[in-house]
Parts: sequence; C-alpha cells; structure tokens
Amino acid sequence: MTETVDLRRRAMLGAGVLVVGFSLLPQRARAEFNAMGVPAVANKALAGSLKTNPMLDAWIKIAPDGKATVFTGKVELGTGVRTALLQIAAEQLDLSPAAITFITGDTGRTPNEGYTAGSHTIADSGTALLHAAAQVRALLVQGAAARLKVDAAKLVTRNGVVIAPDGRSMHYGEAVRGVDLHRTAQVKSPLKDASSYSVIGRSLPRVDIPAKLTGGASYVQDLRLPHMVHARVVRPPAYGARLLSADIAGVQRMPGVLKVLVDGNYLAVVARDEWQCILAMRALSAGAKWAGGPPLPDAANIHATLRALPAQDITVENKKGATVAAALTLKNRYTKQYVLHGSIGPSCAVAHLADGHLTVWTHTQGVYPLRAAIAEMLSMPLDAVRCIHTEGSGCYGQNGADDVAADAALIARAMPGLPVRVQLMRDQENQWEPYAPAISSELSASLDASGKICDWHYELWSGSHNERPGNAGKLIPAQLLAKPFTPSPSEPMPLPEGGGDRNAAPLYAFANSKVMNHFLPKTPLRTSAMRSLGAHLNLFAIEGMMDELAAAAHADPVAFRLRHMEDARARDVINRAARQFGWDQRKRRPDHGFGFAFGQYKNLMAYVALAVEIKVDRSTGAVHILRVTAAVDCGQGVSPDGIRNQVEGGILQSASWTLYERLQFGPEGIASVDWASYPIMRYSNVPAKVDVILIDRPGTPFLGVAEAAQGPMAGALGNALADATGKRLRDLPLAGAHLMS
Amino acid sequence: MNTLTVNGVRHTLDLDPSTPLLYALRNQLELNGAKFGCGLGQCGACTVLLDDQPVFGCLTPMAACEGRSVRTIEGLGNAEHPGPMQASFIKHQAAQCGYCIAGMVMRAQALLEQNPQPNQAQIRAHMEPNLCRCGTHMRIIAAISEVALSRQVKPRSKP
Repeated sequence: MTETVDLRRRAMLGAGVLVVGFSLLPQRARAEFNAMGVPAVANKALAGSLKTNPMLDAWIKIAPDGKATVFTGKVELGTGVRTALLQIAAEQLDLSPAAITFITGDTGRTPNEGYTAGSHTIADSGTALLHAAAQVRALLVQGAAARLKVDAAKLVTRNGVVIAPDGRSMHYGEAVRGVDLHRTAQVKSPLKDASSYSVIGRSLPRVDIPAKLTGGASYVQDLRLPHMVHARVVRPPAYGARLLSADIAGVQRMPGVLKVLVDGNYLAVVARDEWQCILAMRALSAGAKWAGGPPLPDAANIHATLRALPAQDITVENKKGATVAAALTLKNRYTKQYVLHGSIGPSCAVAHLADGHLTVWTHTQGVYPLRAAIAEMLSMPLDAVRCIHTEGSGCYGQNGADDVAADAALIARAMPGLPVRVQLMRDQENQWEPYAPAISSELSASLDASGKICDWHYELWSGSHNERPGNAGKLIPAQLLAKPFTPSPSEPMPLPEGGGDRNAAPLYAFANSKVMNHFLPKTPLRTSAMRSLGAHLNLFAIEGMMDELAAAAHADPVAFRLRHMEDARARDVINRAARQFGWDQRKRRPDHGFGFAFGQYKNLMAYVALAVEIKVDRSTGAVHILRVTAAVDCGQGVSPDGIRNQVEGGILQSASWTLYERLQFGPEGIASVDWASYPIMRYSNVPAKVDVILIDRPGTPFLGVAEAAQGPMAGALGNALADATGKRLRDLPLAGAHLMS
Repeated sequence: MNTLTVNGVRHTLDLDPSTPLLYALRNQLELNGAKFGCGLGQCGACTVLLDDQPVFGCLTPMAACEGRSVRTIEGLGNAEHPGPMQASFIKHQAAQCGYCIAGMVMRAQALLEQNPQPNQAQIRAHMEPNLCRCGTHMRIIAAISEVALSRQVKPRSKP
C-alpha cells in the first residue's frame, strides 16, 4: 500500500492565491523583455558590444605582474568561439593566446552581452574585443612612453612587452602603472593593419578540444562540488496537466532520498547518489496521478490549425517598381514541421544557495537574462544571484538549459548549503523543450517575356522563435508552481534580422516584391529559437522557386541566379561554388540529382552558396548525398578551420532537418520521447564528401557564419531531389517511402 | 560489494548490482568521459569498452562487469600524452560541442583493435550506433581513417 497526499485541495488553494499573490510579488527583480537580453545602448558609434558595454576594463584587465585577463559576455556553445575570441584579443594586444586568462559569460565577472545566439558572437563580442584590445595596447604604449620618456610612436609591443628603440623594455604590468583602464572606449581604435595579422586568420587549435578528448571536466554535467547532491524532476505528462496525487511518503523512504519537493504541479526528488535519485524519480513519476491538460491538435492538420490562429501581420518588404506583363506565374506552398533541438546531452545545471546567495552553473545562452528570471522566480534581489556559464551539450538554440537552471535554483533553495545537480532525462528534454516552430508559406512569382522575374509575393505563417527568459514565466518550472508565473507576451523578433521572417525577403533584385510575415503569438506547442530560425524554410522556398523559374525560363539554375543578383560578394560565392563543384561539367545519370542554392544569412551576415550531388535509391527511398561544395564569405575570417568546422556542421545538421526530421505529437501529447521516435541522421546517411571553400576578406567586418549554411543546404537538397526524381517536393522533411519507385 | 576493473585498476564499490556502469564510472570513480545521453542505448554517448567490446554504459549493469575489464577514454591517454585515436581527433579538430566525442572515440578504438585497416564503408557501418548532433561526422571519419592508415592502434589478442 502506498501513502498518498491529496493535492487537489492544495492546488486549488494555490490557484486562489495566484491573483493576489502575483501582484504582491516584489518588483525589484522583474525582468524586462528584450529580444536579445542586452542592456541599453550607451553609445551607438562604438564598435560591436562596446555600444552597450563601453568601459575598457569590462573587457580587459592587466595585473601588476603583466598577466592579462580578457572577458566576454558570450559563451562557448560548442562552435569554437572561445578560441576565436581569444585569437582576436591576442592579436590586438600583442600577446600569445596562451598567455591570456579568458573568462566567458558570468554575471559576477563579465559584461552583459545578452544571449549568445544568432551567429552574433564574433560580430558583437569579437568586434568589441578587437577594438578594446587595440585601445588598451595603445594605452599601455603611452604608459610605457611616459615611464621610459620616449615618444610613444617609437615604441613597439611584442608578446606582452613594450620595447624602446634603445633596447629598454617593460612588461605590460609595468606599463599599466599610472594608466587607468576604467575608461570609456573611443570611437576610433588604433587597429593593426589586417595584412600584419599573425593570430587572426590562422587556424589556432581550439583550446577546449584536448580536455573533451581526454575525459577532462569540460561540461556542467562534469561539475562535482563538495557535498553535492543529485536531483531529478518529474514533469507533467502533458502541457497543462494538473497534479492530483503523488506517493511522496513512499518515495521519501527510498534509499538515499533526502527530499521530495511538491509545489503545485512541480515535483522533484533529491538524493545523495545520482542512480538512487533516478530510481526515486521513476517511482515518483509512476505513482503520480494527473488530470490531463487540453489536447494538442492533430499533427496531420497542423498547418491548417496554425493558419486559423490570430496573427499579427508584418510587412517585411514591399518593393514596387515598373509593372511588367507576366508571361508566366508559379504559385507554391511550402511547409516545415516542428523540429527538435535534439541535444545529445539532456540539459543540466548545478545550483548552490549559501548565505543568502545563489550560484547557478548553467549552459544557458544568456547568463544575465537567466539571472533576472531566476531572481524574479525566487523573489531574490538580482545581486544575490550569480549565473556562471559552464559548457553543456550543444544546444542549437533554446533547449532545456534555462528550464533546468530554474529547476536547480528551486531545488537548491530547498536544500540550503548543499550544491544540487539536476539533469533532465531524455524524455523530459524532448517533451518540454521549445521546438523550432512549424511554418508554412505561400510564394507566387512571375517571369516576364525576357525570362526575368518581374513579380514576387511571399507570405509565411509562424509561431514565436523567441521565448527566451524574458521573465520568470518563460521558465517551465516557474509555470508549474502553486503560485505560477505567467510568461510575458510573445513578440515578433524585430527586422531586419527577424524571426520566422528571417531571410524571407530574397537578396535577388526583383522589380516588384512583397513579403509578409503572419506572426502567431499563441500556438499550441511551446516553441523558440533554433539555428537559422525561419531562414531554413524561407531559403528552401526561395531557392526552390528560383530553380522552378529557371526551368520555366529554360535557363541554367546558376546562370538564372546570377541574372538576378547584383550584390558582388553574393555573385562571388555563387561563381566560386559552381566552379569548384564543376557545375557546368555535371553529367546526367539515372536517379542522380544536382542542386544549387544561395543565401546570405539574414541578408546581413555570411554569404553561402553550395552545390550538392545526390543519388536516390529507388528500391528503398534512401537519399545518399555524394558530395557537397560550399563557398563561404564571412568577411575577415578569424579561424579558417573553425569556420569550416561550423559550415560542415551546418550542412550536415540541415541535411538531417531537411530530409528526416518531424516532431511526432497527437492530441494526447508529444510522442517523440527518444531517438527511436525522433530519428536524426546517422553515419549511413552522412555525405560522402563535403568541401568548404573560404573567400577571405581581410580587414572587413566579421560576418556571423555558424548558422549560415542551414538555409542554403535545405534549398540545394530540395533542388537536387527534384532533379533526381523529376518531382518537386515542398513539404519538409523530404525523405521517406514516397521516394521509392 | 562489487569489484570493477577500469583502465587496469581494480576498484571495490558498494553499489546495487543493477546500477548501470555509467553511474559507477561517473560518480563513484569520477571519470568524466562516458556521458549520459539517453539512458536507452540509442545515442552512444556512454560508449565504453567491456572486454574490448563497445557497450552502452547506460544499459550495462554492474553485475555484468564482475571479473571483466572496462576501458574508458581516460585509459587511452591524457591531454599531455594522448593516445593515437585521441591525437587524431585533436589533429582533425573532430569535435564541436564534443559531448558525443568520448563515445565516438571508444567505439572507433574497438573497431581498429579488431580490424586495424577498415575501409570507409566499414568505419561508417561500425559507427552507426553513435549520434552526433553538431554534424562533425566528416571529421570523425577522417580522424579514424588516418589512424587506420597509420596502423597506430595495435590489434588486441582475444582474451
């Protein structure tokens, strides 16, 4: 027999308290909603994140012994930015990268750069470090000049030492005496000439990789603090489900269990040992009784369901040129299903409440916004909460990272003095993460008699791509409490970067073009940012239509793109990818297809053109990617090998999304609870060959690149499949039994 | 009491025999390499070698390890002196987030110990159980292929 506690009465009481209680909550820690979580602009003339964090010593500190510490508000998500940012600082400081102590996102130490997201890191933080480091080096030279009584122009710096023409020298620690780095950055920086770079533009091996290959403590999952205990949560079986009863006393008696937490619909268990904790979680989950929440819609009609929801209409582009008679008009519909971030490691966090201060080690993308949301959730002052970024498994956008950090914070509050480690289980990560939204779009385009596009009309329907905290209500644990927090309203992400409408406006030059985004603030499944946001489907649609129009105009797909492209750098990557791939030499073979696509990420960041060759096995429907050639221009490259690694990853990840991925769900809830119910690309489907060619632009601004290949790869695969099978597919994912002949 | 031999060292632990090997390695022995990914044997993040065969640490109970030899990535080398497979992964920068990588290395190690010169198709087929979400597969395959070509991993005689 099990003891049960009737929670219905408590839940109702909790609900009754809600209205009164919420308005009485302290306001001090209420988080402001901001799309990227960054502070206000202090001086918009400054470079990169210096705009919002203008003090030089927020970025660089020089100790009396000459040791340099460099700070960034951005964090390592597995893309290699820790190394690239370090390279930038080292270059302009004239220090060896190994001589720099480098600190990433930590509310106790680093500037607030909002979220590490949207391929912004090198452009925002890298640019700030480039300029801050150049200015600090100039100040060190001035400091040395005053002490050596030599004209600053005659001094040189090398490896942390300022050297005079007569051979006298002093290290940076001596040079910084009498120099106050606590000063506002200048608009102009004494930057080195790009042609003299010796660290930027070199493929410095990533500083994090050796530990990851040798069992080092690389991840928050590996954090072991003295007296640390383990916790697991029990999430409701579906959105909106209410806890009726749970076998709390029974679970409390299990070996190693220290505490069972119940708060409204929130359930968690704490134990000394992780495996004991998992067994207790299983028992707690098995014994819990829930009242079901509202049913989810039928997956088969999801796009019709979404299109019927209230929308906020946003004009993305409305270009009206000369009216030309259309010789031909094509009209197509494109769809994408909900897609899972699918981190290999379920989200994890460690939190420790001691002496009224809470420390949270988290793989969040934004330590500052998360701190604000956690402080609000716990009614703690902001400065009593510290969030320290510690790497996790790759997230690719908002996964369960923020939620599990809130779990750790809530549980640590109940276990004062003891560090608490919480990791989600695979099914919890999958069922509760905010998915990449399902999107549908319609595109109508016309050719004139000369074979040029004279009219373009695109509309898309998408839920929110930004449900980051935000406020405490954006965190799942905070929504489950007896006094629940309400998420702040969903807002569309502002243009020009956009959310669902990212890359909705083509970069091609059309006389007439209208692009509309129908933003759906409330949709049935929880959604948020996933790499490339709407660009994945939008570029799939644009690039697919370009191929269909090229065929209608009896033009080669690459030549047809160039016919409509005025941007010189875009033309360069298109030409380069085509040449390197051997586009003009491609030979028609049965069941083989060739596809080409182009995109400039957000029409602002890196340019990517790529060509693919595939083979469809008509007996099984399997798609084999034989080769991919990509040409990339991301401005001044920091680490060529790092860029190639990211672009290769983007190509492979997009191949998986585009060909195979679809979240399974039904009225009863989310069904993709594991890798069997949510298959992703495995080795047997990996391309045989991927070549990435970089077009370097020394001295030009850094252009974000990590998410730049996903959209073009989707477009190229769609085009290659149409070429191979003669049948155009417009609903993602593309692979499946329908490819069998 | 259970005995567990890991990377050549014998440990005596007081764990329920049904405890999965993964938790003993991570918590009792404080080894970071093997990772929790799914707990279902579907992703391979927890791959370690049990008597030279790759197994899912999340599904292998302690009871199955009694009297047998477990090897983890920590047993192949360290950051200062990495083993051939680790060195090749580092050389090829075959990691992005790296969460899957220790599992990849151990599965690859098992292959080369059994078949020192696999071809590309054999490498891919052997690596099929392990998932990577960052899309680092091309580099992982290149890193394994280079070790195979160099014949640096010696075949293990059958125990």
